[in-house]
Amino acid sequence: MSAADTLEPDVPETNDPVLAIAKKDLTEALLYLDGVTVTFDGFRALNALSFTVDPGEMRAIIGPNGAGKTTMMDVITGKTRPDKGDVFFAGGTTDLTKLDETQIATLGIGRKFQKPTVFEMHTVIDNLRLALKGQRGALANIFKRETAAEREKIDEIFQTIKLNEHRDRLGGALSHGQKQWLEIGMLLAQDPKLLLVDEPVAGMTDAETAQTAELLREINANGHSVVVVEHDMTFVRDLGVRVMCLHEGSVLAEGTLDQVSANERVIEVYLGR
Amino acid sequence: MSTATTTPPALLGKSGLVFLAVVLGAAVLVPLLNLLTAPDSALHVPTYVVSLLGKYLTYALLALSVDLIWGYVGILSLGQGAFFALGGYAMGMYLMRQIGPRGVYGDPVLPDFMVFLNWKELPWFWYGFDMFPFAALMVVLAPGILALVFGWFAFRSRVTGVYLSIITQAMTFALLLAFFRNDMGFGGNNGLTDFKDILGFNIQADGTRLTLFVLSAVALALGYVLCRFLVRSHFGKVLIAIRDAETRVRFTGYRAENYKVVAFVVSAMLAGVAGALYVPQVGIINPSEFSPANSIEIIVWVAVGGRGTLIGAALGAVLVNYAKTYFTSGMLAPYWLFMLGGLFVAVTLFLPKGIVGTFYDWRSRRSPAPADLEPADLAPADLAPPDKALPEPKPAE
Repeated sequence: MSAADTLEPDVPETNDPVLAIAKKDLTEALLYLDGVTVTFDGFRALNALSFTVDPGEMRAIIGPNGAGKTTMMDVITGKTRPDKGDVFFAGGTTDLTKLDETQIATLGIGRKFQKPTVFEMHTVIDNLRLALKGQRGALANIFKRETAAEREKIDEIFQTIKLNEHRDRLGGALSHGQKQWLEIGMLLAQDPKLLLVDEPVAGMTDAETAQTAELLREINANGHSVVVVEHDMTFVRDLGVRVMCLHEGSVLAEGTLDQVSANERVIEVYLGR
Repeated sequence: MSTATTTPPALLGKSGLVFLAVVLGAAVLVPLLNLLTAPDSALHVPTYVVSLLGKYLTYALLALSVDLIWGYVGILSLGQGAFFALGGYAMGMYLMRQIGPRGVYGDPVLPDFMVFLNWKELPWFWYGFDMFPFAALMVVLAPGILALVFGWFAFRSRVTGVYLSIITQAMTFALLLAFFRNDMGFGGNNGLTDFKDILGFNIQADGTRLTLFVLSAVALALGYVLCRFLVRSHFGKVLIAIRDAETRVRFTGYRAENYKVVAFVVSAMLAGVAGALYVPQVGIINPSEFSPANSIEIIVWVAVGGRGTLIGAALGAVLVNYAKTYFTSGMLAPYWLFMLGGLFVAVTLFLPKGIVGTFYDWRSRRSPAPADLEPADLAPADLAPPDKALPEPKPAE
């Protein structure tokens, strides 16, 4: 952690193809972060972090503890305001640093928390009903009735997350893995353009992990952009997507998993020799 | 944790229907037993008992209003008595204006206490209270507007948990001090009393008392149906979700603060109606109704009956107040507050879901698919509001 001061603010060696940051044009990117810095009591959680996510892309983010992965999600979803830097969404049309969590969620950015967070005292189907894209106003929802289209959409999500036989159980009664899937299902119900998924397979069995990778690939294939933060390298390999390694608040390396895991610095700070 | 039923549950479950039958049955039976039985009959219900029961019913409505926000949204308001008192004062002002020239000083317009203070004319905020419809409107508007302003600031600033409870307590205490002052124009320490009639009927007459009792029962029944409708709606599901995981609700795109404000305002209005029905039955409203202890007592009623069950709140209010009447009229009177405190501790330790919550648990263990119980109705077992469902993430990672 103390090394934060000594780290150079931006990533060097742009001639190295592995280290090169894909700084795409602002107007092409779904998500665009440029020079984002967040400091907590003198500690730089994010240090001039810059990257972009394309529409329809799935990206995996790895990195040691304290690399700033969760803080990055907090910044994107409006929970934390950056000290410096730009965060734009949807081709640079929206400045996310000016909005709060609810507005950002409504724009189409869904977030799955590290600890599975479902509504424990609601049934599984009610969890999905609550998340389903639609009316969010307090007064209007007093008289809201479920439409046939909404029922259909929920059935569709049940097909995807494979929790159909649990639809009337309480969210709190599900197993850990099922809660993770339910939470992903709730994200799907929100129909976001971008899903931020924080450690979806923590505490899962190998079989569940493989199923989760398949689930996320399916979601991505249906046109949602996905950013996954994960420690589990088998899972990241299963995803088979572009990988970005964070370290001390900025991008250390980016590329395919093989490229990134061959990177000297990544081996040094994260993978170990 | 049991599985819930697959058929969409009706607005009122079995227990809801039983509850309504009891309340409305009492509304019919009690006046009949008062009117049709001889005063020396064992079945006779004296008029003072009718008024006492009427008072319990207004407390039950007040408890219902607390359960709506505490049981379903997790807002532990320790200032609900303020809304009750405001509704009561609105009704009291109407009743004062009805006295007219029959007051001790015989002033046709000014209530006695204003003549006593040497006031020459009616303060502006007393205008309109000679008309019942205006007063009735104020019964819901005054608490409603206070709740709207208070809730807007508190919930938008994301004040939750213990801090919210403390500022609600401060709110009612501030109102207590304000209403104690003579120059506030609400009768100061003595409050408003010596009422003569309501809508032209003598307020002391047996018929009026019976009518007020019936109206209290009807108000409780309607209040229950309204709360039940709200908590079963999509709106209510969001409320429960806020109670259990507020951060998740925000990230799902709901403005949690707006939902809280709406629930808080509805709750305050219900409390106001309860206060308005309470005042003519007890014949007085004074600043002591604002005292923080009163508001805390309401929480005890709800905890005893069962938080997050609606029926439990009403039941708890009646049971605890019956016990209060019983014990404070005998030699045990000096110990009542100890008993109340002991009751709260005992319920928290041994019956954390209250009477009705425990009954629901017992019933769902006996038959795996209860016909009408929505699992979400039961608040988490702990009595403290679950204000932080998600741990704050550490600065990095």
